[in-house]
Amino acid sequence: MTQRILFNLLQVLVVMIFAPLASGVSSRLKEIIQSKRGPSIFQPYRDLWKLFHKDEIVSEDSSWVFRFTPYMVFVAPIFVTLLIPVLTNYPLFFAFMGDMLGGGFVLSLGGFFATLAAVDTANPYGPVGASRTRMVGFLAEPVFMIVFFTVSFVAGSTIPYIVQQKWVTPLANFFLPSHVLLVLAFLMLILAEGGRIPVDNPTGHFELAMIDESKSLEYSGRGFALMKWGGQMKFFVLLCIFLNVLVTPWGLAGNQTLGAISLLPPVTGPDLRLIAVLLAIPLVLFKILCFLLVLVAIESSLSKLRLFRISEFLGAAFITSVAAMIAQVFL
Amino acid sequence: MNQLVENLNALMGGLFLLAAFGMVAMRQARGCLNLFITQSVLLAASAALLGVRYHSEHLYGVAIVNLISKPLIVPWLLRKTSLEEIYTRREVDQVLNIPTALLIALGLTILAYFLGRPLSNAVGSEFRGPNVSIGIAGLLLGAFTLTVRREAVPLLLGVLAMENGAFFAGIAISRNLPMLVELAIATDGLIIVFIMGVLTRAVQKHIGTTAVGELAALKEEAAEPASEEVLAK
Repeated sequence: MTQRILFNLLQVLVVMIFAPLASGVSSRLKEIIQSKRGPSIFQPYRDLWKLFHKDEIVSEDSSWVFRFTPYMVFVAPIFVTLLIPVLTNYPLFFAFMGDMLGGGFVLSLGGFFATLAAVDTANPYGPVGASRTRMVGFLAEPVFMIVFFTVSFVAGSTIPYIVQQKWVTPLANFFLPSHVLLVLAFLMLILAEGGRIPVDNPTGHFELAMIDESKSLEYSGRGFALMKWGGQMKFFVLLCIFLNVLVTPWGLAGNQTLGAISLLPPVTGPDLRLIAVLLAIPLVLFKILCFLLVLVAIESSLSKLRLFRISEFLGAAFITSVAAMIAQVFL
Repeated sequence: MNQLVENLNALMGGLFLLAAFGMVAMRQARGCLNLFITQSVLLAASAALLGVRYHSEHLYGVAIVNLISKPLIVPWLLRKTSLEEIYTRREVDQVLNIPTALLIALGLTILAYFLGRPLSNAVGSEFRGPNVSIGIAGLLLGAFTLTVRREAVPLLLGVLAMENGAFFAGIAISRNLPMLVELAIATDGLIIVFIMGVLTRAVQKHIGTTAVGELAALKEEAAEPASEEVLAK
């Protein structure tokens, strides 16, 4: 029992510590492709450190929403981390609190508050970005719903730990059409939700073209650090759901075996479980690195879509997810 | 092993369906052609997988003939007969806007499910795969491509997509397709491409565009090729 609580907290720590690293690595990779030198992969940590030591300025005309939002944005991904498999393939202590659908709701609660805060200060760019985010959001929502429904339809559950097992036992399930199409649809969703290139440019600093970035324009100091860190964690959590539940459900720490090295005879005992969990950390990071390579390749080879083309992009994602469902019905 | 092959076949089916959707929505003529090539390769892959599953050499033959005729000869013929300018132009215009067209296409796919289920039940219980339903969906989506497109080359690709869909269903229904029939169908497709390619070129020469959708409007010189185009279909 205590061990499961401990592992759960370890999961949160891993997400908190490595989320800025993932963002640093991805921007570094992009810079390498563009033949620039670019800042080091640890730059996001330095940014956060610097921001936490700076003064915070809050507009006098803003309400409590503006002050409350950074905490909400920061805490929402942490809550989701408690529910999903980051390091282990067996449910941890807090996993009973919600399924994938619940996790999605908690994540979008953070986004909801960020939107409110952007409107709150009456900065002209904030509401523009907020309304655009909502536009992308409400187009992405049906895709999320269909993805979750198809997952529950195929695997018979929306609890990530059960879904994860479904794709690999037997291994033939991995090649189910619904699985592959779901992966495609979810990849498009990650691009849209993470504010990645065909939808939004994460490195763009031109206010009129911003979608995601403009919501934190008014923040400074600690609030800005929390918003930034929260955004990075949200992306990390999305990647964890995508990779650990859908794409590569291997390499996580098992309850009985050493997980990653599942060829070894089953072993039990609290110490070995701890070793397995610690071993899972580099493996998960490696998976994320591989995915970031793919992501950077996608981002570098596509151009940003015009705003009203985004509906077509997400329409394609919707069609893909529905095709996943239909292919399952056809079987 | 059998389970794996069946799942892989179903996966080809799912991607086949996605390619058919793509052909409804894709803006560029070249993108449409690439999707058609992908779809044909998926069709060949599905035939080969079914051949493995049911130990049928005929299906291997289907796969090979498909792999040679559609992804290789059709684009080559099109390149030869119609003008390069068609491929380089962007923004093929459509009757419906893309999201509406996709939603209607989705409805057609669901219709295909209800049409396909009794059919695949009639085929016999030893084969239970998605091929029949997906094939019918491919057929309907090809027909739908024909109705929403207004450019000659995507229209032609819509006809070929219909043929692909019919084939996709066909390889599941009959496992012992005589080679002769198979070859005949393959050449048939090529002749369609050839005739329509030449026709497209004629239309282009005559009125300077291949946007045949605009020919519906009454114009002295445009009325004639328009009726020809309709007759050819």
